[in-house]
Amino acid sequence: METLKIKSTEDSPRILLDKESNILEISGRSLPEDVNTFYEPALSWIEEYAKNPLDITVFNFKLTYFNTASSKVILDILTQFEEMIEEGHNVLVRWHYLEEDEDMMDAGEEYSEMVDVPFEMVSYLNP
Amino acid sequence: MESGFLEFVYDFYKSMKAHEIKLVYEGRVTHQITKAFIALTEAQMSENEEAASVQRKVFHVMVECLQNISRHADEYESGESLYAGKGIFMVSQTDETWCVTTGNAIFNEKVKDLREMIEQINELNEEDLKDLYVKQMRVGRLSAKGGAGLGFIDIRRKTKRKLEYHFLPITDSVSFFLLTTFIPRIL
Repeated sequence: METLKIKSTEDSPRILLDKESNILEISGRSLPEDVNTFYEPALSWIEEYAKNPLDITVFNFKLTYFNTASSKVILDILTQFEEMIEEGHNVLVRWHYLEEDEDMMDAGEEYSEMVDVPFEMVSYLNP
Repeated sequence: MESGFLEFVYDFYKSMKAHEIKLVYEGRVTHQITKAFIALTEAQMSENEEAASVQRKVFHVMVECLQNISRHADEYESGESLYAGKGIFMVSQTDETWCVTTGNAIFNEKVKDLREMIEQINELNEEDLKDLYVKQMRVGRLSAKGGAGLGFIDIRRKTKRKLEYHFLPITDSVSFFLLTTFIPRIL
């Protein structure tokens, strides 16, 4: 399966979806002009991936900021994982947040309550 | 040049100084404008060594406020230069607080619903605000225009303060909608 790699910009996150290397990650800041257009390749990639996923799927969110429009798309992605789990696959979401960023931690905890997907909260210190 | 214009500029400058306005803009809010303003304000904040948590909140509020203008401001053209255009956006800062203010024209027929939505958001406690956010997020996934009020709910949750707003009637069909958000600084 082809790797999807999108470089980060000032208003959009870096996306790396690499099945071979087992790296599935969205990181950075998310307030693209059109969230649906921006995230469409990632949503399609995950949809394709879900047909034949790895034994254990570990997906990393490492966002520093996302706007309310992006919050809906994140839910869409998580819903895809929920469907994978319903089909018997193993999925874990790692939600990374800057240790002092309580809002980002809360956001992760709220998502974990909204979908039936295991979450692991991972805090990191300012680089 | 119109007589008195230079005096006006100086008065305007003094007025901005007096109110500690860091940024003021009137016109169409595009994505480019949004990016430029947040970059500018971020640069100012880090130069002033503003606390990171305050910077993040100001950032959140600015983005949602600018998005509100770009998506929801109604066209209103008239001889009154103050109202002609898409909206006004202002950031000010005192020793104690940051303040983000937006103003834009809105058709009177929408005022009632908007007022009710803001009042509802203002009355909710933290737990209910969270539930409403989740509900609107799910609705928003079904339609592009859906999820009404996500920005307002987010501002209310991030600042933990009630939304301060005002409607000024302009004509029989149009009002001016003002929203002010305060983000306390950490001293």
